[in-house]
Amino acid sequence: MSKRIDVNNLNVYYSSFLAVEDVSLAIEPKSVTAFIGPSGCGKSTFLRTLNRMHEVIPGARVEGEVLIDGVNLYGDNVDPVTVRRHVGMVFQRPNPFPTMSIAENVLAGVKLNSKRISRSDADDLVESSLRGANLWEEVKDRLDKPGSSLSGGQQQRLCIARAIAIKPDVLLMDEPCSALDPISTLAIEDLMQELKDEYTIVIVTHNMQQAARVSDRTAFFNIAGTGKPGKLIEMNDTPTMFSTPSEKATEDYISGRFG
Amino acid sequence: MTTTETQPEAAPPSDYGTHPGAFANSFFKRLSTAAGSLILITLAAVATFLLVEAWPAMTMGAEELGKVVSFIKPDQGQSLIEIVGFLVYGTLLISLIALLLATPVSIGIALFISHFAPRRLAQGLGYLIDLLAAVPSVVYGLWGVAVLVPFLQPFYQFLADYLGWIPLFAPPESGEIFTGRVAMSAGIVLAIMIIPIISAVSREVFLQTPKLHEEAALAMGATRWEMIRMAVFPFGRSGMVGATMLGLGRALGETMAVLMIIGPGLTYSLLVLQPNQHNTIAAYIALQFPEANATGVSSLIAMGLALFLITLLVNMLARWIVSRRSEFSGAN
Repeated sequence: MSKRIDVNNLNVYYSSFLAVEDVSLAIEPKSVTAFIGPSGCGKSTFLRTLNRMHEVIPGARVEGEVLIDGVNLYGDNVDPVTVRRHVGMVFQRPNPFPTMSIAENVLAGVKLNSKRISRSDADDLVESSLRGANLWEEVKDRLDKPGSSLSGGQQQRLCIARAIAIKPDVLLMDEPCSALDPISTLAIEDLMQELKDEYTIVIVTHNMQQAARVSDRTAFFNIAGTGKPGKLIEMNDTPTMFSTPSEKATEDYISGRFG
Repeated sequence: MTTTETQPEAAPPSDYGTHPGAFANSFFKRLSTAAGSLILITLAAVATFLLVEAWPAMTMGAEELGKVVSFIKPDQGQSLIEIVGFLVYGTLLISLIALLLATPVSIGIALFISHFAPRRLAQGLGYLIDLLAAVPSVVYGLWGVAVLVPFLQPFYQFLADYLGWIPLFAPPESGEIFTGRVAMSAGIVLAIMIIPIISAVSREVFLQTPKLHEEAALAMGATRWEMIRMAVFPFGRSGMVGATMLGLGRALGETMAVLMIIGPGLTYSLLVLQPNQHNTIAAYIALQFPEANATGVSSLIAMGLALFLITLLVNMLARWIVSRRSEFSGAN
């Protein structure tokens, strides 16, 4: 289920503009890896290259390799649609489908690619996914209500349930708590700790306390100035990063001197 | 906290009076109110005109009307009310053909422009579609008669040969389709005429699909088509219905193209591949108007009233469906 990601010399371009330059890093399975850095440093862009979601933006392209258990995502015979079934994603703002019920939202990904699923399997999957996202107890009596009837934090957990229902190898989270209140944020953070037993989790966050709380390893991205590409400054175990970073820029950022 | 003893010096009242922009503001408010009222007045004027002018024909006895007006023949089952019945049927039938053909094509065009075409091509296509909407209907009519009707005739023969057992495609008794000037052709030309408006409106609707929902679908491993079914169609459903209704509104009122193409007739038949079966209200009015006497004109205006009511109903329905969009919780 859980897989290792190796990124080798990755450049990301928007048309001719180099957005992220020369990133090489390794993401361990069954761990939470956090990307931190100031706005515009390319951490979200880089995250999207891990499941080829950057290709949704016109003109975006990459050079370099992303290996998931040794398979290059940008190899010749790789279909981005298949990649995204292995590498799930949760977005900044909760985005359940408004016309679908809670249960339909959970099953949305499973029913894709012309897959059929029996009624009882579907019910089981809805329950196990919602339990996996710590949402089952709150919604079990109203599975046929629209997903948009939930609170923001519940909607985000519904999106996580939807993502884990297709049993991905990796779960990418792009600032999953930035639109949520502190209570909901805590719920999601607790959930991440449970999910990392089964999945490789990568999270982008603006909140350094959050990175310190949830992640095992932290990568710091920075940008030299407007119009310059974002770069990976350093990556290390989270306690080391927040106590004794080896780079001056990292220390300045985490101690709040800029950003 | 101590209270302050000193009162601030009173400002002169003129400081809080009028300001230079006040006149222009109230002027434009009146101007736009007047413009808004004008449309209501026009609508009321048209409705009144139709009612007043059609009144003599509507209140005259069928026999009497038949004696005065050449095209009304109560003894042949073509009294005024019966003709209106045939024409309403013909209008709806031909518009329905147009709608059934145009809607899938238009949705396809709109989807291609909004979600499949490279950006530059999409822009060019968008302009082309708008251009097509501006072609006068008489040009479509001429093109229909000169090019499309002869072109379609062998195809109709094929339909009649192989699908003739379906009442819709039944050929004349001889089994031979001897002309393409039939309801089907009129429907096809109307379809081509309403494709631009349906595609243009649907394109706008599709472009408004929240990126959030599109990305949600794609990130789960949806193909582009699956993403469209999951995120774009549910979001745009009411907008698509509205677009179709606008197209229907145009098809219902179309005169020239139908007049030039169809071999007119007055029946309730389903035989869309045979001439002299159907006609539309607008084309019938245009056909009879030059030869009509005063009472004849009054009868034609009564038919116009029927068309006015149908279009009004269709457009109100469309507006109502489109306005439901605002309550649609697509944004969250």
